[in-house]
Amino acid sequence: MLTSESLYLIMPHIVLAITAVVVMLVTAIKRNHTVSFVLSLLGTAIAFASLFIIPNESRKVTTLFIVDGFSTFFLGLIIVTTFFIIVFSHPYFRGRKEVKKGEYYILLLIASLGAIAMANSDHFIAFFLALEVMSLSMYGLLGYLKKSPFAIETAIKYLIMASVSAAILLFGFALIYTHTGTMELSEMANMVEVNKDSIIFLSGMALVIVGVGFKLALVPFHLWTPDVYAGASAPISAFVATISKGSVFAFLIRLFIDLNGDLRSSVWISFAVFSVASMLIGNWLALRQENIKRLLGYSSIAHLGYMIVALLAASQSGVEAVAFYMVAYFINMLAAFGIIGYLSPKEGEMLNIEDYKGLFWKNPWMAILFTGVLLSLAGIPLTAGFLGKFYLLLSGVGSTLWFLVIILVVSSGIGLFYYLRIIVALFSGRKEVAENEALIPGGSSVLAGIVLFGLFVFLLLIGVYPSGLIKIIQTLVTPIL
Amino acid sequence: MMLAELIIILMLGGVIAWLAGKWSTVVSKWIALIAVLIDSIIFILFLAQHPEVLNQLGDKEDWLIDFHRDWIPQIGASFHLALDGLSLIMVALTLFLGVVAVLASWKEIKSRVGFHYFNILWLLAGILGVFLAMDLLLFYFFWEIMLIPMFFLLGIWGYERRKEASLKFFLFTQISGLFMLIAILGLYFVHGLNTGEYTFNYFALLDISISKQLGFWFMCGFLIAFLVKLPAFPFHSWLPDAHTHSPTAGSVILAGLMLKTAAYGLLRFVVPIFPEASQTIAPLMMLLGVAGILYGAKLTYAQDDFKRLIAFSSVSHMGFIVIGIFSFNVLAYQGTVMQMVAHGISTSALFVIAGAIKNRIGTRDMDKMGRFWEQMPGMGGITVVFVMASLGLPGLANFIAEFLVLVGVFQVSILWSVLATTGLIASMIYSLVILQKIFYGESHSKHKLKDFSIREYLIMTCFIVAIFWLGLFPQKVITTVKPVIQKIEQQAQIKFDYVEPKTKR
Repeated sequence: MLTSESLYLIMPHIVLAITAVVVMLVTAIKRNHTVSFVLSLLGTAIAFASLFIIPNESRKVTTLFIVDGFSTFFLGLIIVTTFFIIVFSHPYFRGRKEVKKGEYYILLLIASLGAIAMANSDHFIAFFLALEVMSLSMYGLLGYLKKSPFAIETAIKYLIMASVSAAILLFGFALIYTHTGTMELSEMANMVEVNKDSIIFLSGMALVIVGVGFKLALVPFHLWTPDVYAGASAPISAFVATISKGSVFAFLIRLFIDLNGDLRSSVWISFAVFSVASMLIGNWLALRQENIKRLLGYSSIAHLGYMIVALLAASQSGVEAVAFYMVAYFINMLAAFGIIGYLSPKEGEMLNIEDYKGLFWKNPWMAILFTGVLLSLAGIPLTAGFLGKFYLLLSGVGSTLWFLVIILVVSSGIGLFYYLRIIVALFSGRKEVAENEALIPGGSSVLAGIVLFGLFVFLLLIGVYPSGLIKIIQTLVTPIL
Repeated sequence: MMLAELIIILMLGGVIAWLAGKWSTVVSKWIALIAVLIDSIIFILFLAQHPEVLNQLGDKEDWLIDFHRDWIPQIGASFHLALDGLSLIMVALTLFLGVVAVLASWKEIKSRVGFHYFNILWLLAGILGVFLAMDLLLFYFFWEIMLIPMFFLLGIWGYERRKEASLKFFLFTQISGLFMLIAILGLYFVHGLNTGEYTFNYFALLDISISKQLGFWFMCGFLIAFLVKLPAFPFHSWLPDAHTHSPTAGSVILAGLMLKTAAYGLLRFVVPIFPEASQTIAPLMMLLGVAGILYGAKLTYAQDDFKRLIAFSSVSHMGFIVIGIFSFNVLAYQGTVMQMVAHGISTSALFVIAGAIKNRIGTRDMDKMGRFWEQMPGMGGITVVFVMASLGLPGLANFIAEFLVLVGVFQVSILWSVLATTGLIASMIYSLVILQKIFYGESHSKHKLKDFSIREYLIMTCFIVAIFWLGLFPQKVITTVKPVIQKIEQQAQIKFDYVEPKTKR
């Protein structure tokens, strides 16, 4: 039952929805890129502020949603990320005359509304609806630059993959419902008498895993990833890499925790297999990529594999590690695509590693920022990525998952190579030659520059002094266990 | 507080030097030099205030300073630095070579000067951290921080094949380091499960009780990281490439300091924490050490490239460190520490000379050199000193080091010490080849060569004073590290039922 007092618990959702409507109305009255931009920024900022009125305790809002510290943490992460993506989008689309801009922000806001609803959902139906809200907006966003040769291909590819996986997911939910008689996660957790080895339940879980695997782009469900990353515009690639995966992952954590117990047998093993495959194959395929966005796509596959290791540790430090790594991963991917967008010329984008040759001589600041991000992705100390990876290893070793830990180490060793390849390219070339080739960043703006620099500082801050973040995670996320 | 200051000054100096480099390269150079000098002065003042440090005779509590702050309390990691005799020697070496490295790159580096000095200072800061950290996570942290500036030094200011060299360097050392990280985590959990206290504190982990098998695997994790970095045969293949294509300052720091961090790690962590396991693996290590000495010497002889030659000779000299450490006795440990210092000085000096020649004639190929003595008698005379040091002439530091190591090893195994001694003969041959090819023989070039400049003479004077002083009065170093070494040796005996060394076969 939705009562008036529980309204403030879903304030962020309400604010985002209202913002989307307001932007839509304003666009209908008079199209103005900057006005839509400012309104969207304002809306996300208010949504973020409204998180602070939510108490840090577990409350149900109707049977569909649950509001607790865990969801608040993910909501914060997603809303801040949306804010940054909006910041990067304005300069990026400013120079592209061929598209109308107002709708872009509406779609983006709705997509992130779907994402935060997923982090809150405690019910299969709620999750499915939220997922579809996000996916439908993303079809539009992926094909937004409709004059670009790849836009439609990208959108169609994602549309087919996402809707097939959604259908599979839905069928899985149905099978589980047949067996347990409920779609509520928290209720399922209390069902001790349910036979979790029955064939119906297991096939239901298998289908759910496939559906979730598609969204998270775990190997072997990853085939869409590189094409979609490469074909979408840089800010949207950032959205696909961060929010769309993070929100599904939040649900997965909830599912894992609520269904804990004898799950360790079959579901656990299948996730272990996907994790190993994602780590190795993701890094392996990234090795010879010349296209930097495809490379990041494969690298994000590997990073999801790393996170699954901590999830499989099924311990307190495991969940903390996932939350910590998620923050590091969000910052990394956001900054990486932010920089790509920032530097991209007005026509197209700088996609090849070749294009980044000698960036250090042309634009030293961006080169340094990019280097920091890449080192963080590779997990080198002084950056958030290192402590994130350290935390993952900590939880893995703590639950004696030696095999997974060794694979994590080996595959991140492989991964190091391609991150270093980009760094070497950034610093290669000679000063005199490089300075003659001018580079006019088409997606740059003062605000985007400040945000990128802020992300970089944050990256170092977490990498050197993580206590603050760990404290936040421990107060918000840990109680879910 | 002093220990943290040393590191912070270098890091701050690095950032300021970088920013200053935007508008004046000269200022940037001076800032870098001043930062290292301030560090040295702080350190010397400390020694002046505590003269007993250098004269202690072994029965005193041996931690001179201990600096402890919370870092990540949630997982039991702390910012814990401490100084004992061994760290003290290594810090002194770091600061000495730090000054040299800054001076050596004074004229050589012409592009991105500010960023260059930033990298040098951060590299030094990382190395200092490694020598001082007493928290295993912090140690690993500094261990990895060293890599990035070195990667840039190699990759940006290196010679022809700098890209490959820097990639190879980074991949080898980083991946091997990750195995150490797993071992550290393993120790952390074993200690946590045993005692209920989850901590990365070195002193807590020192008394860990651990099953034989697990201990062996954890030790292997540490060992991989250290053997690759040292580098011991057969993990040495990254070193020649890195040295050959690195700028002079990079070579000085790489040979003089980074290789020593691995030796330090073996002494500080592997032997005391895993006495039993290291005893088990000692025969293999002896084999690798001696193989390194002989194979390294053989390869050294075959090189045409001057810097590559010195690099391979390092592989050979590092073999002595390996056999010294795994013979578990005080004499060999004294020799090992001496070798760390002596090799750091003599090899760095040779690299500075190689850099000077490269800057003058633009090549490192020794076949294109010859008869340089006629035009550069000063450089020739100085080279003789360091070639002699490298081949182990009595009176110079390296002789003491290698002699002590061999005496120590002799007590454990005659066979290995005899084989290692033949390495000295080989080193004689390749060292003399340097002199012969470069300073005597036929002239192959028509260059007009200028002898050392005042700045270069200044660097060389420091080196010569150091190498003679250590060779003639080695007792200072030996008394300083004595308490530490005795402790390590005891540690190696306590947990392990020591097998009496076989002196007769």
